[in-house]
Formats: sequence, structure tokens, C-alpha cells
Amino acid sequence: MLSLSDKLAILSDAAKYDASCASSGTDNRNSLNGKGIGSAGGMGICHSYTPDGRCISLLKILMTNFCIYDCLYCINRKSSNTPRARLKPEEIVSLTLNFYKRNYIEGLFLSSGIIRNADYTMECIIAVARTLRKVHDFRGYIHLKTIPDASKELIADAGNWADRLSINVELPKKQSLAKLAPEKNAEDIEASIQRIHQKEVEYEAAKRQKPKVKPPRFAPAGQSTQMIVGADDSNDLNILNRANTLYNSYKLRRVYYSAYSPIPEPSSDLPPIAPPLVREHRLYQADWLLRFYGFKVDEIVNESSLDLDLHCDPKMSWAMRNPDFFPIDLNQASREEMLRVPGLGVRNVDRILNIRRWHLIRLEDLQKIRISLKKILPYIELVNYHPKRAHFNSFQSIECSSRLNQMELFSAKTTAANGEL
Amino acid sequence: MKYVQNPHDLKSWIQEARDLVQAEIPPNEVEWVPSEELYLELENPTPLSDKPSIYEVPKAFLILAETVACHRNPEKWALLYCILWKLIFKDKHLLQVGLDESVRTCQVMIKQVRRDCHKMKAFVRFRALSVAENSAEKHYVSWYEPEHLIVQRMAPFFQKRFTQMRWSILTPDECMHWNGKKLFFSNGASKVDAPEGDDYENLWLTYYQNTFNAARLKVKAMQTEMPKKYWKNLPEATLIESLIEKGQAMDISRKFDAH
Repeated sequence: MLSLSDKLAILSDAAKYDASCASSGTDNRNSLNGKGIGSAGGMGICHSYTPDGRCISLLKILMTNFCIYDCLYCINRKSSNTPRARLKPEEIVSLTLNFYKRNYIEGLFLSSGIIRNADYTMECIIAVARTLRKVHDFRGYIHLKTIPDASKELIADAGNWADRLSINVELPKKQSLAKLAPEKNAEDIEASIQRIHQKEVEYEAAKRQKPKVKPPRFAPAGQSTQMIVGADDSNDLNILNRANTLYNSYKLRRVYYSAYSPIPEPSSDLPPIAPPLVREHRLYQADWLLRFYGFKVDEIVNESSLDLDLHCDPKMSWAMRNPDFFPIDLNQASREEMLRVPGLGVRNVDRILNIRRWHLIRLEDLQKIRISLKKILPYIELVNYHPKRAHFNSFQSIECSSRLNQMELFSAKTTAANGEL
Repeated sequence: MKYVQNPHDLKSWIQEARDLVQAEIPPNEVEWVPSEELYLELENPTPLSDKPSIYEVPKAFLILAETVACHRNPEKWALLYCILWKLIFKDKHLLQVGLDESVRTCQVMIKQVRRDCHKMKAFVRFRALSVAENSAEKHYVSWYEPEHLIVQRMAPFFQKRFTQMRWSILTPDECMHWNGKKLFFSNGASKVDAPEGDDYENLWLTYYQNTFNAARLKVKAMQTEMPKKYWKNLPEATLIESLIEKGQAMDISRKFDAH
């Protein structure tokens, strides 16, 4: 008989390959007029950090890691002999509430292996969320993993209790999914993502009509997904194209990229070593450029360079390939143009725009708002600063070569194995 | 030089500053002194003016001052007076432009206070005490050491989140208590006043070590967000060393395999 602690150990270990731990962006609420505990809304809170650099915001566990599927990249696949456990709904409810009361967590992220069939599994997951909300009036954050093949009605019900729903697309290429996850089907997954999006649209529309009776809530923190990086041969162009389609077609809040982490007893169809963690990092940077900096996928990766440069962040890479775009005159340029300057982030661009309302920007102003001059000087122009084009060209070649030298201090093999630079 | 005793809160500072402004005493002629350094009774208290204040300050200044007043550095009072003076007599757009030296120092302080507030929301850990023997009712008590003077500022957050709980947060500066209906404050406490151990702490540690992925060690990333100074009051931090060792061992064996 496994103790509660044993089960928690197995089922949190089994859940850790999901990168998402966000607890932000849901509707504002608290417990002042409630019968229970919990508040949410605005910025998420990370209650702890583990030495893998990831935050703990939610109690992230599987209901069970028994699974009838055999996805090769997954530690919980049917054919793996990992230890199995199953938590009862009341055990998950009690763990969530008691962790929350001690201020360990913002809420629950519940996922599960598939048992019996998709609908049955989905119903079990929903039951936990419904108990938390209805019986205990829990107002903290709930993220539910949606089982792709679950019925439309169950997905609607899940959104009623959850802040966020997610379905993992798992692999960037449909062929890879067919090969590595025989029971899963990329079209079905996308159809479910589409259904969630449709429900979100209906919910937003219902809210806008300001009805007297509030429409049933539907996942106010939206939906997210995850792609495993480095478990198949997809290149960064495949990955970013897929992410871009998901953002545009279904308004996903986040796409998570999870560097494939070798699992115990891996299948021989999987690569023996992990991809460098820096690849995951570069993908997140590129993802940010797509969502907040106005870049298009083919400006970052394209048919002539299929992968991101591991040695150089994607924005700097773009600047080096497009020297004619610079220098940017910070007193004239549009917000969009300034966002392309390496070393200038969204916040600093907005600061510059604010100062510009009052007077012309000078070099001293940039120092005062603590912008790293070393990084941006080659790319900008100011009232009292006009770089020579020659300077710009020589600067970037120095920058590039010094980076490459640093890289060579480490053997390629070590870098590939530990992912550090 | 005009000597003024450091006020103990923003309200008394506003009182003091209003009198100073009305007497038109510029910042470089005012020295704000900690009360324990004040050997002499102040001989020349600022004459209390019964005239209503004729100066208007932007609301943004009061919002800024509320946060700056939470900073532990006592120089905040002189700094605020300096900004107030400039706003009234020199440049009413001072805050909007945001390039003035004192304003920028304030902004740094504000950032520090906000970060401290955010970390307090994250790192407070409650331990449950039984209210009485055989009673199911619990009193949740935490020992926490904030860097700045933020206890009162944080009260609404905990009150709105843990409404149906009875809780206390003890800190060296002051303590706050919520009994399910009312909030009250008491003098500072020390660590021995807080309970040791809790039924769920071991389960929390179990969760912490199992959610950790030893295949991807990023100690620096962890420490940027959770610096060592917080570790002493986080029960899970006792596991960090051993988890790092586990990660390093895995890394070595993997490199060995790769060769």
C-alpha cells in the first residue's frame, strides 16, 4: 500500500515534464465575500524555485500515471516500468487546500495519464476542480490539462471550473507525432484546441452583451500548449511556424517549449542526449519577438537558415543581417522601429517615448534610465551622437567573433550534453 | 540649519513637510534626524500654521510617497522633501519626465519595495497550530523577515486571500493578525515566538524534491529569483544543497556516457 507521501512523490515526479507553471492573467477575485479561501488575478506568484531554475507556482501533479497510451517520449507510457500510483479525488482536494493554506502554492495544475478512455479521464479531472470550487469555494488558480479526445460537453464543463486549459501539441511535426505517439493524432489535438478557442470566443461575446445573469465562466486565463524540442528532427523553422499558427488561429496565451529531457529507460527511437538547453532559451526569445516585438517568423528563421543561432540572440542576429536598417534615430523613430534595436526592450522603448514628449533625447538621458550604452550605441542616433557607419560595421564583427571564441573554449560534446554555454 | 525629527510614518511626514513648505524652508536647509540622535529638545519647532495649505501637489507624488515611505532607508524623508520642493517651486512635470536625480533614486527605492512586497506574497510560510486540544480549528502562524517596512501595506493581500482562516504573520518590525473578521497589529516579535513544524511540511518537501528535474540544473536562475537571504525561513530550502548534488552527479554520469 502506497502512503500519501509515496503517491505524491510518484505523481509529481511524473508531472514535472510539463513546463507551464503560470498563475497569471485570470480574472480578479478574492475571498472577502466567500466561504473559503483563495484569490487570483494580475501577476502570478512564484512561491518557490527549484535548482533547475523553474518556479513552483502551482501544485503540479497527475491524478494517475497509469496510462493506456504508449507515447515514446513520455515516462508514463504503457510500456515503461516506472512505478505507478493513483490519487483519490479527495486526496488531491485536500493536498491543494492544505498547501494553499500554508501559502506554498497559487493553486492546482492537474493532468493525468489516460485511464479507460478519454471521457472517463476527463470526468475524473473535472470532478476534482468542481469539488474545489463548489464544495470548498476555492478561489485560487486551477489549470486543467484537457484530454484531446474528450467530448465537447466535457471540455465546456472543464472551462467552467478552470482558469486555464491546455492541450499539448507535443511535437512540432505531425509525422513525428504519428511515429512517436501512435495513439495520438495531430488533427484531433488541433480540433480540440479549436473547440476551446470557440468556447472562449462565445464566452467573450456573452460577457460583452452585459446580460443580467452572468454567463457561465470559461477559462478566463485562456489556453496554452507545449512542444517538446529535440525529441524529433524538427528544426526551429518548423517549431516557430507551428507556434505562430497556433497564436494566430486560436489566440493561445502561451506556447511552452520544453527541451527534451532524457527519461529513464528511453525508447531507442529517441535521441540519446538532450538538446542544449540554450536552444529552448533561444526559442523563447524568438517567441517573444513574434508576440511583442512585431517580428515575423521568416525574419527570424527561414529556408536559408532553418535554426536559430545558439551563440547569438535572435534579435541581435537579425540586426547583424540587416545593417541597412540602422542607425535608428531615437528622436524620430516609431515604436516598432525602436523595438528592433538590440538592447532596447519594450519598457525602455516606452520610457524613451515618454521622455520624447518633453524634450529631445540626449545620450545622458539614456544613461539616466540605465540603458546599456555599450550594447545599443552602434544601432542608434541621437541629437548629440551620430555613429559612423564604419564604426557600426567594425563593432558587429568584433562582437560576433568574440562570441564565437568564447564558444570554442568548450568542446561541442560537453555543450551538447549539458546545454550550458 | 533646521533640524526635524524623522517622522514615524507618511502621515506625520506630510504634516511636517507642509509646515516646512509654508515656512518656505528649502531642502538644503533642513536636516532630518533619527530620534535617538536628537540630544536636545528641538528649540525651534516649525511654527504650526493654521492656514490651509495653499500648495497643490500632483496625486502621482502622493502615490510615489506612499511606496517610498515603506523603504527602510531613513534618507527617504529628505529625498521626498526635496522632490516636493522642486514640484512646488521649480517644475510641476518633474515626475512625468522622470529624469531628475532624486526622482530616479525614488524610483529605485520603489522598485525595491515592490519586489519585497512581491517576495513576501510568495515566501511567507504558515504553520498550523491547533487552537485548543481536540479542536479542529487551526491558527496559521508565520515568521517572516521583510527587507522593508511593508507589513501594513501587505495586510489587504493576506486578508483577501485567507479570509476564512485565522492567521498571524510575525515579523521583527510588527506583527499582524486576522481572526476571520478583524485585522490588528502588534509590536515586533522574534523567531522563537513562531511555531516549529507542521503536518504538511514533509509533504511539501516531498513535492519540492520530486518536481525538481535533475536533468537540467540551473542554479543561477534559481538564485536570481530566490536569493539565499530568503532561504532561512523557507522549509524547502534545506533540500537545495542535496538536490544540486543530485543534478551534478547526473550531469557527470551523462558526460561519461557521451564519451
